[in-house]
Amino acid sequence: MKKNSLILVAEDDAGHFELVRRNLWLSCVEHDIIHFKDGQEVLDFLLKKTKHPAHDENNSYFLLLDIRMPGVDGHEVLRQMKLHPELKKIPVIMLTTTADQAEINRCYEMGCSFYMVKPVDYSRFMKAVENLGLFLSMDAIRVPHIDSKL
Amino acid sequence: MRKDSVILIAENDQAHFSLIKTTLQNAGINSEIIRLTDGRETLDFLFMKGRGPERLPNKEYLLLMDISLPKIDGLTVLEKIKRDPNLKKIPVIILTAADDQDTVERCHSLGCSVYIVKPPEHKTFVDTLRKIGLFLSDVQIPQLNGAAQTGTIK
Repeated sequence: MKKNSLILVAEDDAGHFELVRRNLWLSCVEHDIIHFKDGQEVLDFLLKKTKHPAHDENNSYFLLLDIRMPGVDGHEVLRQMKLHPELKKIPVIMLTTTADQAEINRCYEMGCSFYMVKPVDYSRFMKAVENLGLFLSMDAIRVPHIDSKL
Repeated sequence: MRKDSVILIAENDQAHFSLIKTTLQNAGINSEIIRLTDGRETLDFLFMKGRGPERLPNKEYLLLMDISLPKIDGLTVLEKIKRDPNLKKIPVIILTAADDQDTVERCHSLGCSVYIVKPPEHKTFVDTLRKIGLFLSDVQIPQLNGAAQTGTIK
């Protein structure tokens, strides 16, 4: 992934975010990781309703999205993004605690790129995030440009 | 990925297919891997048409696909999959030599999961495949229903 691409993480659990950030950073040092506490924050960022310095210099993103968040949840974020002519191009990885097959099917139907279940076991969770980081930081990944004027 | 999930690899180049399969397995993938050699075969398999092998209902599939495929190209295959209400769930990883931003934008507009360029150098290619395998080990994939919902493929 290009060095200035941003990794957006929408996660209401501060502890989980900290674990994700620390382990992603080990392999994704070149990328800024931005945290959003709920769905509304990430939509406001993407729709440029909030001022954020990183937003102006970058136009390619990867979003890690939790499903259960207060207010606007992950389903709603995914739904709105995938209906938007530009935002629909952003790859979204669901990172959640639910391993229910109906939930997995639903998110793929709505257009998520991948669905990952946070392993309950601490060291397995760390390993999964580390592998995710290695994957995202590959030079071979190409991410779409998002025209934020739309 | 579960052991009974299936990874479909649409790849015309036999050497690339073997390398992809072996490297994914070495990275810990124990799902079944099925090769499809061109775009026609890929569509026939997924839409359960034609005389060749077909997918099974109520099973989980992921597709790893090259763009330059004989008969029907990968972009057309991607478009047809993503237009079908049932098949559109399948995660499609594009793995191709084509490295231009227009194609990247187009694939993401059509709904590919991720776009990966085959590194020209062998060692880097293997390393990329290994990381794809490690990542996919922790990914859950969707189950497809019975028949595809659109009637005809042209």
